[in-house]
Amino acid sequence: MSGDYLTPVLTGRTLLRANPVSKLFAAVAITLALLASIDWVSAAVVLACELALMPLLGISIGGLARRIWPLLVAAVVGAYGTALLAEKTGAVLLDAGPFLFTEGSVAAGVAVGLRGLGLALPGIFILLTTDPTDLADALAQKLHLPHRFVLGGLAALRLVGLLVEQWETLGLARHARGIGSDGSVLARARNLLGQSFGLIVQAIRRATRLATAMEARGFGGASRTWARTSTFSGLDAVVAGVGLLIAAGAVTAARLAGTWNFLLS
Amino acid sequence: MTAAPSPGPVHVRARGWGWRHAGRRAFAARHLDLDLRPGERVLLLGASGAGKSTVLHGLAGLLGSHDEGEQEGALLLDGAPPAAARGRAGLVLQDPETQVVLARVGDEVAFAAENLAVPREEIWRRVGRALDDVGLDLPLDHPTTALSGGQKQRLALASVLAMEPGLLLLDEPTANLDPEGVLEVRDAVVRVLDRTGATLVVVEHRVAVWADVVDRVIVLDAAGGILADGTPGTVLGQEDTRARLASAGVWVPGRPPAVGGTVPSGPGGGTLLSAEGLGVARTRRGRVAVGDLDLQVRSGGALSITGPNGAGKSTAVLTLGGLLRPRAGRLSAAPALAGTAGSDPFRWRSAQLVQRIGTVFQEPEHQFLTASVEDELAFGPRQAGAVDPARSGAVAERLRLTHLLKANPFTLSGGEKRRLSVATMLATAPRVLILDEPTFGQDALTWAELVTLLRELVDDGVAVLSVTHDAEFIAALGGATLHISGGAGRLVAR
Repeated sequence: MSGDYLTPVLTGRTLLRANPVSKLFAAVAITLALLASIDWVSAAVVLACELALMPLLGISIGGLARRIWPLLVAAVVGAYGTALLAEKTGAVLLDAGPFLFTEGSVAAGVAVGLRGLGLALPGIFILLTTDPTDLADALAQKLHLPHRFVLGGLAALRLVGLLVEQWETLGLARHARGIGSDGSVLARARNLLGQSFGLIVQAIRRATRLATAMEARGFGGASRTWARTSTFSGLDAVVAGVGLLIAAGAVTAARLAGTWNFLLS
Repeated sequence: MTAAPSPGPVHVRARGWGWRHAGRRAFAARHLDLDLRPGERVLLLGASGAGKSTVLHGLAGLLGSHDEGEQEGALLLDGAPPAAARGRAGLVLQDPETQVVLARVGDEVAFAAENLAVPREEIWRRVGRALDDVGLDLPLDHPTTALSGGQKQRLALASVLAMEPGLLLLDEPTANLDPEGVLEVRDAVVRVLDRTGATLVVVEHRVAVWADVVDRVIVLDAAGGILADGTPGTVLGQEDTRARLASAGVWVPGRPPAVGGTVPSGPGGGTLLSAEGLGVARTRRGRVAVGDLDLQVRSGGALSITGPNGAGKSTAVLTLGGLLRPRAGRLSAAPALAGTAGSDPFRWRSAQLVQRIGTVFQEPEHQFLTASVEDELAFGPRQAGAVDPARSGAVAERLRLTHLLKANPFTLSGGEKRRLSVATMLATAPRVLILDEPTFGQDALTWAELVTLLRELVDDGVAVLSVTHDAEFIAALGGATLHISGGAGRLVAR
């Protein structure tokens, strides 16, 4: 398993070339539209648009499903639970003792499931199609976030990737010292706790060393230049526009269908 | 805004300079009076704890504010305090793994220049030249994780060069590298200095690597001030200085550290572990790092495992040590080693393993589990259910840890940590001892102690397996050598 989060395997020829800021803008627009209302029509429109865009973005559905299957399971479970427990309005669809499903409760369940997936996908699209270094450049140059914050985050991301490797090494090192994953439940819990503590100690020491190395290269001054320019192109207008269009389409469709329930009203 | 033209080599001046880290009673460096001419190339020596790293950090401007410690006297680069001369000094640290900041080679080199607010076109010009200087002929988008240790150190050097520093500071830059990596880095440094004329201060235990390329050697006194100062010929040529350097743990050329015992002879006795067609991999389904290993680990035999960085040496010994599941073939423990446990070391419980095979990891801190040296030594025997205070005491005595029993393992010096990590493994008297790069970054004293101890262990019938690049270490332990490269191992008997 690769723990290198700074050089992830990226897919998506089109979105890869877009500026991360425009991708973020599109994702935020879609997210806001979905958050505004819990109804199955707006959620279905968003999800359908997202799925329809995938081939265009160069993301394969099979590959995506393999990576996000836990999310799919969560969405199904959430939908089922909501359908079971939501307010029972409309005609009865199934009545088996405690298992009572009505049109109203099933619609709510479907809305929750679709909405969950619709909310998750834009973020996943960004992760799959964005180089973290480009993201940092865009956040600092286009959104003018403080460079210490942005680069600190980028460096931290690298260390997070190393944690997986360090956890495994620590496990082996402790096994060699005579403390491992055998024994009673209590002993195992204690071992896990000790290993977690060891990981924290190592992570802090590693971060301190990296901070020293960064400082030794002049990091932390007031002004800074950027070797890479973060630029906008026509593609970014398209990406942002499509995001807005999906959001507006979802709201309009839900209002026309009469399912829109604005949460803040 | 344009960057100021690079102002040339730095003049270093220290007057009664000292630094005490916050929370420490003793000064890390003190009473330092020093003048380095611009362009001078200086090798800085001294015993462990003499303050070499502190001096380098001071020169790099990394010893900052009052809450980090207390400064006395003055340390000046061209008349200005180092903190006010950001970018004038560039520091390369020891560990190649912890210095990489970014994902791509070009960005990594550009990072320092960006921090100094160098204009964009100028940054890329500097990146190209710095990579040229250190001889890294790689595409700018080459992933930094795919580099060898020597390449990473040259990348760190290139990154520092992009600041166009007038003072180059190197803190044991080659201590963690294989022999080819050492020369790669040393030669790159010389090339850079020849072109830029920058002042150089390098700290390194292994004097021979640098003695020919510096024009001045300064030896710090652990008690403060300077012990010796002059050309390499004078400082390293005077018998009393040589003796003092040697007793301070410096590797003096032509004066090998005094090791006790003799080179163990013969291939060893009875078989403890045997590998047949053994294939090793870091993870269960991962790539096979080394395949088809056939070898016997014998009681009272030494086996050195060599090969380039990344060849799979560590994976091989972790598998031989029962820590990783064999990917192919078989590893079996003879009854003499296994005793009441089964013949497959990977299936042994931790408490069984610790009494049979001791594995000393490259990074001692990974194996520290308690808050005191005493508890560390008692830990293994307690896990094994065989507490033996007499043996723990003897091990502590043997590795000169008796005066540190109450100390926290994490606060020990590098050499002390290494000694403790070996001692914790010996406390349960395993028949097989495995060590991963035991001599990396160690001074000559610790090195000699380690070799003496391992010779005694071999004489006592322990099988000692070491992953090492250190030719002197291999010669001192004798036995067989397993050379691993290109996914295969070749056994070389002596």
